[in-house]
Amino acid sequence: MSLEKLRSVPLYNAGDRVRVRKAAPLGHIRTPYYIRGHAGVVERVCGAFPNPEELAQQRDGLPAQPLYRVRFRQQDVWPGYRGSVSDVIELEIFQHWIEA
Amino acid sequence: MKQAGRYEPYSYFQLMEVSLRELLVEKGVVTDDAIAGAMAAMRARGPERGAAMVAHAWLDPAYKARMLADGSRAAEELGFEVPGLRLIVVENTSQAHNVIVCTLCSCYPRMLLGLPPEWYKSRPYRSRVVREPRKVLAEFGTKISPKLKIRVHDSNADMRYMVLPLRPEGTEGWSEARLATLVTRDCLIGVAVPTLPKISKTRKSK
Repeated sequence: MSLEKLRSVPLYNAGDRVRVRKAAPLGHIRTPYYIRGHAGVVERVCGAFPNPEELAQQRDGLPAQPLYRVRFRQQDVWPGYRGSVSDVIELEIFQHWIEA
Repeated sequence: MKQAGRYEPYSYFQLMEVSLRELLVEKGVVTDDAIAGAMAAMRARGPERGAAMVAHAWLDPAYKARMLADGSRAAEELGFEVPGLRLIVVENTSQAHNVIVCTLCSCYPRMLLGLPPEWYKSRPYRSRVVREPRKVLAEFGTKISPKLKIRVHDSNADMRYMVLPLRPEGTEGWSEARLATLVTRDCLIGVAVPTLPKISKTRKSK
């Protein structure tokens, strides 16, 4: 099996601004609903992991999807957020959930 | 929440677990003793390993730097086996406080902290701490200054998280083992911060 099949090429780096896809597919999704459609900044690249949506269907999950730690401003995520403007929420977002 | 002591028939998934377990035992894949032993070991595990890592990091800045760069390797460095664990350690500072949640289920670094508490798995904690962290922390008795930034970490995929709390003042000269006693499970999740036990103050005044 070729390496390209095993792992998708990472497209983003720490510091890049990214937006999470706003979609509602069926199945086992590890992208929480509350963060879909929001924009944040890549905090770090965590490596690549088999796609959980595929694993849940008994498939191999390959190519492994790069996984990013993305930081979002709480004020952007929750309307009427009460707290400091600098408060953040950080999540792991798979590359195939990031829109260009 | 089910009422303790009251008879309840198995739910669908409980029945599936029992059936699968009995089949595996019948077919000789595992033994009852092995399952009971693994469960006992899991229940016996507490947050001591995580606390030991924190105390070590408080005393050794080079170890702390390695721990923040690669949490799993830092655990192994102290002799803790964490197969498959991808640990990220997040540091509390004078500017930022960290708190961990898994909004989708109950992901938790069990190898280092033991089993998660019931509230960690509860829907109120999981749904509220992401959108009103200061209020939830206050309910735990942890008041976070408005000057501090709060970082909420949703453990929603393959990584696991542990908080490196700030070392409390007044612990100068403490041994690593003594420092570790201040680091509770709640400090490692981020709903509490280490504090000196009141009893030590009384001892001092004597």
